Amino acid sequence: MNKSEKLADLRHFLARYGLPPDRPPIPLGVPAADAILGGGLRPGAVHEVFAGDWGASGFAACLAIQATRGKSLFWVRPDYEALEYGALSATGLLELGGDSRNLFLLRASDAADALSAAADILACPHVGAVVLELCGAPRCLDLVASRRLALLAEESGVTLFLLREGAIPEPSAAATRWQVSSLASDPLNDDWGSPRFAARLTRHRLGALSDFTLEWNSEDGLFRQATAHSGAVVSPPADRSVETPRQRRA
Amino acid sequence: MRRLASGAHKADTTETPLVVAGRANNALYVYALNRRAQQLGLHPGQPLANARAMIENLAIVPADEKADLTLLESIADWCDRFTPLVSADAPDGLLLDITGVAHLFGGEAAMLRHVRGKIAAQGFAVQGAIAGTSLSAHALARYAAGTIARPGEDRTAIAPLPIAALDCGEDKLRALKRAGLKTIAQVAERGRAELTARLGISFLTRLHVMLGAEEKPLAPRRPLPDLSAAQHFAEPVTTQDVISKSLHDLSKALSDILERQGQGLRLLEAVFFRADGKVQRIVIRTGAPLRDPDMMLRLLNQKLDALADPLDPGFGFDLIRLEARIAEETHSAEASFDADENARRQIAYLADRLSARFGEHRVQRFVPQDTHIPEAQSVAVPAQDRDFDGVWMRKRQDKDPPLRPWRMFERPEEIHVVGASVPDGPPARFRWRKAQFDVVRAEGPERIALEWWQECPPDRIVPDSEQKRRQKLGLLPKPIPPSRDYFRIETREGLRFWLYRDGQYRSNGFAPHWYMHGLFA
Repeated sequence: MNKSEKLADLRHFLARYGLPPDRPPIPLGVPAADAILGGGLRPGAVHEVFAGDWGASGFAACLAIQATRGKSLFWVRPDYEALEYGALSATGLLELGGDSRNLFLLRASDAADALSAAADILACPHVGAVVLELCGAPRCLDLVASRRLALLAEESGVTLFLLREGAIPEPSAAATRWQVSSLASDPLNDDWGSPRFAARLTRHRLGALSDFTLEWNSEDGLFRQATAHSGAVVSPPADRSVETPRQRRA
Repeated sequence: MRRLASGAHKADTTETPLVVAGRANNALYVYALNRRAQQLGLHPGQPLANARAMIENLAIVPADEKADLTLLESIADWCDRFTPLVSADAPDGLLLDITGVAHLFGGEAAMLRHVRGKIAAQGFAVQGAIAGTSLSAHALARYAAGTIARPGEDRTAIAPLPIAALDCGEDKLRALKRAGLKTIAQVAERGRAELTARLGISFLTRLHVMLGAEEKPLAPRRPLPDLSAAQHFAEPVTTQDVISKSLHDLSKALSDILERQGQGLRLLEAVFFRADGKVQRIVIRTGAPLRDPDMMLRLLNQKLDALADPLDPGFGFDLIRLEARIAEETHSAEASFDADENARRQIAYLADRLSARFGEHRVQRFVPQDTHIPEAQSVAVPAQDRDFDGVWMRKRQDKDPPLRPWRMFERPEEIHVVGASVPDGPPARFRWRKAQFDVVRAEGPERIALEWWQECPPDRIVPDSEQKRRQKLGLLPKPIPPSRDYFRIETREGLRFWLYRDGQYRSNGFAPHWYMHGLFA
């Protein structure tokens, strides 16, 4: 290998490490979070969402709506998920600000099928985002499978959200890992009910970790900072993050 | 065509006479028999008792008409290789429409020889004939096997046959015999009015069809494919390489045909004809008209990989055929410059691939429905079905939080309400899935009533206890409540649920049931 080839190779490597120019990051909408994430979530990567309770899995739906950007959203889940966690509702996704016309649901018969289906979908660069929903710790989802998904996502530029319910984090090839629980609505706000999450960024390959309290705005498809009180009675502490409820585990 | 007992194809005087006994009108009679039995003077239709009286060591097998029919069907499937127009002529015949096909086998005589040889090679005794109409071919195959009636000469071929060849039922046959008519020629000479008066108009029609004056169309067993490409093998192929190579060539050939016709296929069928007579079919549906040979091959391979019982070549396939069962017009330019259109097409192909691999019902998209019953507002349809569409309507106004849960339980789960603040209000505390929840906020009720014009709900005059008892006994389906009162609630932990009360509070003191229907984010 001569010098120029080697240089080209290194340049290519560096280009892949940073984001290619045609893949802008996916902004969350909260400046503090976007600053830590480097402008937003990295597209063409795997992002893990560990849902701590019933409502928290909605966080993955919100992220997927953001990442879809007018393209198709593929939701992959094994059949038994619907019994345990409820069937995916197209009307509900519409209410969250998603586009139900572009929603595809793949009902796999087991976790292994779901994984291979997700890999197939990830390979198609015209897809907007993929959500792979798995409960518990299926044996087929190991480090190798996770790395495979990450490589496929990087190749095609499609973002994969790996939604895990009733699971504990394990080593994986994910770019970010979020541990999420539901947050109560603002007690002073009569117009309550917007999805609110206490999201802890517990893994970030390219940056720092932090805790966020986020409220989803279905109108513009972005998060905003969820304040404890709309009137801001107490200013948020400067030396530590806003206290978030502990995760509930079954 | 008649099934022979094993070894019966050797006309051997030492074999035992064998008859198959059938039952008709509560009597046993000879349904079929082997050559030895025939030589000893037995004939089909003879009462079994007579046959036994004539021959001492007669072997008898009960007839199984159902199995015969299944066998006939499978032979018909196999005969699909000669022409797509195959029709079963129960109980023992097959009709093949070979219009425009014979030249592929080197002419009619050669084709008849070929077909007979192929079937005989599988251990069947077979007779055949070729004629202009189905009925004359039917008669010739049975009474003058091997005849090939030239076009327009059905009459001369069929005329010398005995009247039994008319196959018109015992009573009519007896009537003809009594009239002294022995051959079809003699019958055909009689006047039209005479025959109609004595034997009915249906007999006359039959006679005319047989003589080639009219035609009765065949009812093919399978719909005809729009287009197809086939590959014959001189030696049966068993290896995967050859099969994949063949599929590759065939998809290319089919694609060329489609290209010429300006069409794309919506339903692709791959048919594998095994040398031993078994036929396997693989059907693939596509969401958009497809012409790309690589895509076809990919779909086929994916479907083959996903088969529950894999393709078994056995002793090898001697014919593989790709059929475009349904083909549609496509736009002239295959590669579009419109990026959106291209992306849409790629998504459609992806849906096709996933459907081929996991099954059509597993890849779904959603279609809105014009109803206000929450669980019916959207239905999941196979992603490949393009025929559904509708307008999605949001429930919430601008700036409202979501008013419909993003997850719904297909069967609402009953919750145990510990206390409601007011009789018609939301629950203050409830148990669901062994956990207790305190309600901090609630919004409702949103009353959703059944569509009264659809089906009358069961009357609610029957007391609950009686209704439960009936339900337990399986006498009643689960009664459909006339209305539900929905509440959007938030628990102390910040979980947001969608609950409903089944029906309304009534003065008789029965507490209504509460159900968990959905989860908000």
